[in-house]
Amino acid sequence: MSAAIGTAVAPAVAVRRRRIRPRRVLLYGFLTSMAIVWLFPLAWAFYTSLRPFSDTQANGYISAPSVLNLDNFIDAWGRGNFETHYFNTLIITVPAVIVTLVLASMVAFAVSRFTWRFNLLVLLIFTAGNLLPPQVIIVPLFKLYTALKGIPEPLSDNDLLYNQFFGIFLINMVFQLGFCIFVLSNYMKTLSKELVEAALVDGAGVLRIWGAVIMPLTRPALAALATLEFTFIYNDFFWALILLKDGNRRPITSALNNLQGQFFTDINVLAAGALLAAIPTILVFLVLQKQFISGLSLGSTKG
Amino acid sequence: MVGVPLVLDMIFIWGPTIVSGLISLTNWNGIGSPFDAEFLGLKNYESLFTAYPFFWPALTHNIVWLAWLMLIATPIGMFLAVLLDREIRGTHFYQTIFYLPVVLSLAVIGIIWKLQYAPEQGFINNALGRTSNENLIDWLGNPDLNIWAALIATSWRHVGYIMVLYLAGLKAFDPALREAAKVDGASERQTFFRVVFPVMMPINVVIVVITTIEALRAFDIAYIINRGKNGLELLSTLITNNAISESNRLGFGSAIAVVLLVISIGPIIAFLVRMLRNSET
Repeated sequence: MSAAIGTAVAPAVAVRRRRIRPRRVLLYGFLTSMAIVWLFPLAWAFYTSLRPFSDTQANGYISAPSVLNLDNFIDAWGRGNFETHYFNTLIITVPAVIVTLVLASMVAFAVSRFTWRFNLLVLLIFTAGNLLPPQVIIVPLFKLYTALKGIPEPLSDNDLLYNQFFGIFLINMVFQLGFCIFVLSNYMKTLSKELVEAALVDGAGVLRIWGAVIMPLTRPALAALATLEFTFIYNDFFWALILLKDGNRRPITSALNNLQGQFFTDINVLAAGALLAAIPTILVFLVLQKQFISGLSLGSTKG
Repeated sequence: MVGVPLVLDMIFIWGPTIVSGLISLTNWNGIGSPFDAEFLGLKNYESLFTAYPFFWPALTHNIVWLAWLMLIATPIGMFLAVLLDREIRGTHFYQTIFYLPVVLSLAVIGIIWKLQYAPEQGFINNALGRTSNENLIDWLGNPDLNIWAALIATSWRHVGYIMVLYLAGLKAFDPALREAAKVDGASERQTFFRVVFPVMMPINVVIVVITTIEALRAFDIAYIINRGKNGLELLSTLITNNAISESNRLGFGSAIAVVLLVISIGPIIAFLVRMLRNSET
C-alpha cells in the first residue's frame, strides 16, 4: 500500500521541489546535523574503545590517535567473561522468543477466531499485564521465586525459580506474552474468516487449524515479532538483575552493571565492553530492519 | 490453548500485583508468610508520605521525567517523523540513524553516555576544557544535574522510538486528504495541524500513553548511573532499594509499588479503551 502512495505523491512533489529550494536546503541541513548529533555518542564510544588507555592518557581524549587497535575489546572480553554471559543470554533469549510466540499465537487465534464470551476480557488481561511497570510486581515475585519449591532438576539446580535461567526465561516469556498476543490478534483479525470455516467443515481440529492454516498465514507478523522480541529480551536488564544471584549467571545486558564497576578506572575498556554487548542487537537491526520496524508499527497502528 | 498462558499470567503478573497491595498493609519483612505479618492498615503509606525523605523527590523526578519526554523528546520524534515522511532523498538513511539507539538496551545507553559525561575522561568536559579539579562539572554526580544528564541519554532512544511509531501512522494517512488541503490553499503547517494531526488522533493517543508508561517505567538508566540515588531517585528504584537490595522492608516497598501502580492505571486504561473502541468497529 505504501508503494501506491509513493507513486501517487511523487509527481506532485517533483513539481514543488523546484519552487521551494531554500527550504529544501534547510531541511537537509537540519536532518543532517541531527543525524550527526545522533551518531556521535556511538561513534565516540567506538573511537574511545579503539584507543589504548596509555594513548588517551598521554594525548587526552580529544586528540588524534597515535595507535588504534582492538586490545580493549580483547581485554574486555577476557576480564568481563563475555563467553559466559553471551551463553547465558542465548540460553534464555532463544527459548523465550520461541515459546512466547507459540503460546501467543495460540491465544491470539482463540481470541480472534472463536467468539466465546470472555475473549475480550482475556485480551484485556494480557495487554494490561504487559503495560504494568515491572517494579510494581517485583516484591511478591521475588518472594515467589525464592519460596516456591519443587522446580525439577533440568530446569533448576536449587529447587527454586530464583537464580535460575529457567526463572528468567519464564518471567520474560510471561511478561512479553501480552504484547505478542495484542499484535497477533490484531493481525489475525485481518485474515479471511472463510479459510478457518472451510477447515472446520473439512473436520480439522482446532490445533490442526492453528498449525496448518493460521501459523503459515501469520508468518510475516511472527517474523516481525521474533525480531522485536529478540531485542526486547536480549535487552532485559531488570528481571535478570533482581532474580539472579550469581554474577556469572547473568546474561550480558544485566552483567554490564558489574562490568562497569570492574572497568571503572579504564573507560576505554568500558567502551569496548558496552559495544560488545550492543553488537548483536545492532547486527540484528541492520539485517532485519524491516521486520523490526514493522513489528513496532503493528503494535501501534492497527491496535 | 488459552488456559496455560492465562494461568501463567495470573500467577506471575496479576497475582503479585494483588499481593503487592496486601503486603503494603503489613510490616512483613520477608520471613514467613506475608499473611502472618502484623496488619498495619495505612501506616506504611502514612510514613511514606510524611516521614520517608525520598518519596517526594522520587515522585517529582518521575513527573520531571514525564514532562521532559512529553514536552521535548516526544515532539522531536514526531517532528522528525513528519519531516521524513516526505519524498526525501536518503530518507531511509536518516531513519536508520535515528532508529539505531532504539535497539540498544538502556544499560548500554547508560554506559555510552557515561563516556560523554565522565568528569575527567568524558567527551563533554574535555571539549569544554573543564577537567581539572577546580572546575570540572560532575554531570552524573551532582544531584542537581544528573537527572537532566539521564534525561538526555534516555531521549536519545525515546525520540527514535516515537519516530518509528509516528511514521507508521503517517504512512497509513490518506494522501487524498493532504492533497485536498493543498488544493484549498493550506500551507504545510496548516495542513499538518488542521488536517493531519486531528485525523491521527488515535495514534496521538497511543503516543501519549506510551510516553507516560515509559516515564513510569524508567529504571535501567538511573540504576546503571548510580543505582537510582543521590538525585536520581525514581519510584521504581525506591521499590527495589527498599524491598530487595538493602533492607527487608517489603511492606513498605510494596506501598511504593502500589503508588506506582495507581499512577500507571490511568494510561493503561486509556490504552485499553482505545483498543476496545477499535475492536468494536
